[in-house]
Amino acid sequence: MKPELEKRIVRTPDGQEFEVDPLRDYYCEAAPTVMPAAYGKIVEDLFNWARSQSLWILGFGTGCGAIEMRPLMTPRFDAYRYGVQWRPTPRQANLFIISGYLSTKTLKRAIRSYEQMQNPKYVVGLGSCTINGGMYWDSYNTIKCLDQYLPVDLYITGCMPRPEALLQGFEDLKKLIRAGKCEGANKYSENFDWYKANQKQVIHDWDMPDYNW
Amino acid sequence: MDFDWMKIPYSLLTLFIVVNYGMILNAFIQKIGARVGRRHGIPIWQNYADLIKNYSIRSSITHGVMFYLGPVFRLSGGVGLLLFVPTIYGSYMFSNMSFAGDLILALYFVFFGTLGMALGAAESGHPHAAIGITRGLSQVTAAELPFALAVFAVALQYQTLSVTDIVAAQQGSFLNWTLFTNPLAVTAAMLSFLGSMMRPPFDVVLAPQEIPIGPPTEYHSSYLALMQTNRAIFPIAKIVIYMNLFFGGAASWPVFFLKVFCIYMISVLVGVVFPRFRVEQSIRWFLIWAVPVGILAVVLV
Repeated sequence: MKPELEKRIVRTPDGQEFEVDPLRDYYCEAAPTVMPAAYGKIVEDLFNWARSQSLWILGFGTGCGAIEMRPLMTPRFDAYRYGVQWRPTPRQANLFIISGYLSTKTLKRAIRSYEQMQNPKYVVGLGSCTINGGMYWDSYNTIKCLDQYLPVDLYITGCMPRPEALLQGFEDLKKLIRAGKCEGANKYSENFDWYKANQKQVIHDWDMPDYNW
Repeated sequence: MDFDWMKIPYSLLTLFIVVNYGMILNAFIQKIGARVGRRHGIPIWQNYADLIKNYSIRSSITHGVMFYLGPVFRLSGGVGLLLFVPTIYGSYMFSNMSFAGDLILALYFVFFGTLGMALGAAESGHPHAAIGITRGLSQVTAAELPFALAVFAVALQYQTLSVTDIVAAQQGSFLNWTLFTNPLAVTAAMLSFLGSMMRPPFDVVLAPQEIPIGPPTEYHSSYLALMQTNRAIFPIAKIVIYMNLFFGGAASWPVFFLKVFCIYMISVLVGVVFPRFRVEQSIRWFLIWAVPVGILAVVLV
């Protein structure tokens, strides 16, 4: 346990003293719940259309694939015309692109970012490394199979896939969303214990609550 | 006091027209900005998709009462600003709730949303939000100074605090507009206008898609959707004030759409040409270039 996460007495500037338990006070420990589609078919279809047309990507590059996302914002590929935007905060993003290899150290941050995103949320694995480890298949500190740790909706293969492949991936993801097949967040809540067990197997210095949103 | 109940549906109609016009105009302006950068930019209906998506997000979390109220205050600031000012001059349907002293109220509403937002974002406890508020409030305060001075100058010039009377005084020819009768006040106000439209060079507070996104760091789903609705209303409401005070108001909807677009384009033209200011640079810029013009306008009137 890190020292800043331990229980401690804090003294305010005007002399009051109170106890802080960071794991309890700063995080919410309640496990996620399954949130099924609540409205009728017509409304949900409209919602799914809006979700597919407004993909807000979390600005978090995990591996070498992050470099492939940058050209998408520029005039050459211009992903904005497909309704794709980048958001700096996980609260507002609904698409998490794991771009390339994911070291166990980054996996911890990826999990925290993913859990702070709001339901419904989508995960796209970019590059071979997220599927079977790719060229890092025998590395001691990268994960090999992303969907054991986070529910993945779509993989984009290649090492590295070009930006055009990413654009094609967005289009495929949109089709899945419109068909109502992207329920990763609910899958994560249903199999929460399985995902947590897998995550804890590779992350040895687990110093956060089980669920922190 | 008898209240004219028909005003309520008419005001809602105004609000409906302005929300839709604002959504499309915002997307259109973003497209123009993208074209300058040689991109295609977002589709024209992108803002609707974003809005519906944010309302349709299933989970949301709260950080406390003020966190709820922040976006509500922000939206009521925009709606209030719009509804207490005559949208279409001379029209019974679209004069809304304007009354004799509405100029002061409008000035207050311009600031109201920012303050509500500051309280709400502060409750989220995120350091980026706190930094964003500090930056935002300092910049907005500096930008409001020349506008307030210009409004005083205009109120002195026409000897009234009613927006309707000010518009009435500018009718006849475009040479009667405040733009030509009191160019100094209009200059000061337009310089302040650049600062309050969240376009470059003064958009570092809410720089979209950058790590310090500013006050709304923690806002998501319906909270964010409320704020997006306000983003469609507020610029239009603010431009309506400018149009009424300085550019002769609008007597019909086509004139309204045209004038609002042209006034918006001023900030866009400046925005695509000049790079971003840091906050202390923009405050210095307002104090050196805009405030003296405003003081001069008040003195010369």
